[in-house]
Amino acid sequence: MLGYSLPRFLAVLVKEFIQMRRDRVTFAMMIGVPIMQLLIFGYAINSDPRHLPTYVEVGDDSPLSRAIVYGMKTSSYFDFIGQLTSPDEADQALKDGRASFVLVIPPNFERDLVRGLNPQILLAADASDPAAAGGASAAMAQIVQQAVGAVTRGPLANARPKPAPFELVIHRQFNPEGLTALNVVPGLLGVILSMTMVLITSVAIVRERERGTMEALISTPVRPAEVMLGKIIPYVLVGYVQTLVFLLASRALFSVPFLGSPLAFFLGFNLYIIVNLALGFLISTFAKSQMQAMQVSFFLLLPTILLSGFMFPFAAMPGWAQTIGTAIPATHFLRLVRKVMLKGAGVGDVVADMGAIALIMVVIVFLALRRYRQTLD
Amino acid sequence: MTAADPLSAPPSPPDASGAHPDWAISVQGMTKVYGGRRVVDDFDMQVPRGAIYGFLGPNGSGKTTTIRMMCGLLTPDAGQGSCLGFDIRKQQVQIKARVGYMTQRFSLYEDLTIRENLDFFARMYGVQQRRQRVADALATLGLSGRAHQLAGSLSGGWKQRLALAACLIHDPELLLLDEPTAGVDPKARRDFWAEIRQLAKRGVTVLVSTHYMDEAVQCDYIAYIAYGRKLIAGRAGQIPQMIGLHTWRVTAPNLDQLEAELSQNPAVEQVARFGAVLHVSGRQEAALKQLAQAQQGQPGQRWSYKETELEEAFIYLMASGTDNFAQEADPGATAKPPAVPPRRQDQADPPPSAPRGAG
Ligand SMILES: Nc1ncnc2c1ncn2[C@@H]1O[C@H](COP(=O)(O)OP(=O)(O)OP(=O)(O)O)[C@@H](O)[C@H]1O
Ligand SMILES: [Mg+2]
Repeated sequence: MLGYSLPRFLAVLVKEFIQMRRDRVTFAMMIGVPIMQLLIFGYAINSDPRHLPTYVEVGDDSPLSRAIVYGMKTSSYFDFIGQLTSPDEADQALKDGRASFVLVIPPNFERDLVRGLNPQILLAADASDPAAAGGASAAMAQIVQQAVGAVTRGPLANARPKPAPFELVIHRQFNPEGLTALNVVPGLLGVILSMTMVLITSVAIVRERERGTMEALISTPVRPAEVMLGKIIPYVLVGYVQTLVFLLASRALFSVPFLGSPLAFFLGFNLYIIVNLALGFLISTFAKSQMQAMQVSFFLLLPTILLSGFMFPFAAMPGWAQTIGTAIPATHFLRLVRKVMLKGAGVGDVVADMGAIALIMVVIVFLALRRYRQTLD
Repeated sequence: MTAADPLSAPPSPPDASGAHPDWAISVQGMTKVYGGRRVVDDFDMQVPRGAIYGFLGPNGSGKTTTIRMMCGLLTPDAGQGSCLGFDIRKQQVQIKARVGYMTQRFSLYEDLTIRENLDFFARMYGVQQRRQRVADALATLGLSGRAHQLAGSLSGGWKQRLALAACLIHDPELLLLDEPTAGVDPKARRDFWAEIRQLAKRGVTVLVSTHYMDEAVQCDYIAYIAYGRKLIAGRAGQIPQMIGLHTWRVTAPNLDQLEAELSQNPAVEQVARFGAVLHVSGRQEAALKQLAQAQQGQPGQRWSYKETELEEAFIYLMASGTDNFAQEADPGATAKPPAVPPRRQDQADPPPSAPRGAG
């Protein structure tokens, strides 16, 4: 009677499941949010945008000019939306956002090229969003190169650009087509789990105090560990369901491969769930209301999204940001998931990432337990 | 459970050992400090087994805090004691298993059904033959037909009854009821108290906090607390004598005017109005008698001595404790004890600034 009791733990567990089932909104959110985020991030966000609206102002009707325009079309970066006749019009189109690019091929371009006059092609870009202009601009140089190469044969061979004395081979490994979805989708799992697990646990526990039911609960002989486990385990299961839904959807919708070891994934994923639940528990020990718990959870979500390497490449962040990022569990989970899903990593390859998550977990659990004892009083 | 008549025992002799077999609760020097303020201050209490013990005091006087300390929900900052023979500091789990605590605020799960709530608490206490026990409780409540209704959809009075049923589900030896009838209609309150008396008859000790006078008079013992300090405690019938209050019953043609006049008189500490009569009380017996004789001559006035009852006693005590909120508003101020009436008749000198009556 005085020790830990399985029936009491089960009673808390059952109660928590019933409450979860009755709370339709939260329940729908737990399943709906992953799917919605998957769709938004997977379909809507593209760091290598294509089909950008482009105007052309071509003053040269020659095979070379046509080859360049054709090359741009097939690259899928540019969508031609019309002809312009004056430079003023081009400026205006860029300014009011009708066009992302304006291509200007001057009159007699091919003739000047053959004569060796080094004529210029102008690709005016709306570079206010560097990410949008970057990929297409980089592709442009290659398109022109190829077009010129194809046209300058036979008699025009002397106008042919000289090949570089070396060849640069770029291997785009793990994601040869450079699809954003392949990078974003596995990372998204970390963000979704972090968001729902932290938020739901902290709110579920604070709710108990806010509604006053905590007083009746702890006036029974229940032990803190029984409450903690009984309240947390239902949400572990929620995490499992979310992950399953997520994996199935990411495979069906985005053909994200799963190349590595399921065991490595499973281990890392459990660690990650626990660390987030512990974090939610920790938040619940100092949040005074459900509203506060929600706010703190969302506040913590920001660094998880921004500094974990989910949105922006980790290596590109300044040192201090990397330091903060290293303390965020999602950073390590993201690496782990990408390694396992995209790079075929096994357990041995992700030991360091799991170690980091485990370390963060120990710290958080320690803090949570310390705080929990105090607040029971 | 033994139901030896504990009321035949003498009231509250100080008990040093703490774990006296006759005491359900025996605590000494209980103190709780919140933010530097002694919310409960050096509080002693002895509750005999099987008694109905009323716990009175104004808002914010520390009743809830005291009850929480006694059932192991809060650790006292100072003091010790025992509850059902278990140490309130070290054996909180044993205490919790034997105590039914009904919180001041409804604290069952509003999003669980009535049955699920009872079932949950039955499981938490490891009740034997749980299903049967829950079914019985539902039948007793008269809620068998509505067992699947969410607890949150019950009216206030029904919530209180359900809460009582939930904290009785494990047959506790001690019931701690924190303002169980707040917001409950008079009929339901009477039923509630009938049930409490039933329980006491079966040997359950009941400690109940209340603001209602008609409930206080139903208790065997009463303790009154203000500013976290105990002002008085004893058998309900002896409280008026312990305060040493003398009361005259007055009828007069112009009660309002007389009430105002009497309030100015130094011998009168309290004027309470009960319908068409005034109860005029004070602790200076002789001075009051003089006043009565002098007033008898006035046209239409009739003065008669009456036994001081709990009603007058509590009005008197409450008047001395109404400052609790002022103190709450200024936590920095050092706690100034209120005018404490003497605990025993034999303690002579009345405090200099006795409060004036509230009606
Ligand atoms: N957790 C807490 N933190 C800080 N102060 C508290 C806390 N709990 C109670 N108090 C303060 O302790 C004092 C006593 O509160 P308590 O609830 O025990 O009074 P009470 O006698 O039950 O009042 P009521 O009749 O209104 O229920 C109050 O001034 C209250 O503000
Ligand atoms: Mg209270």
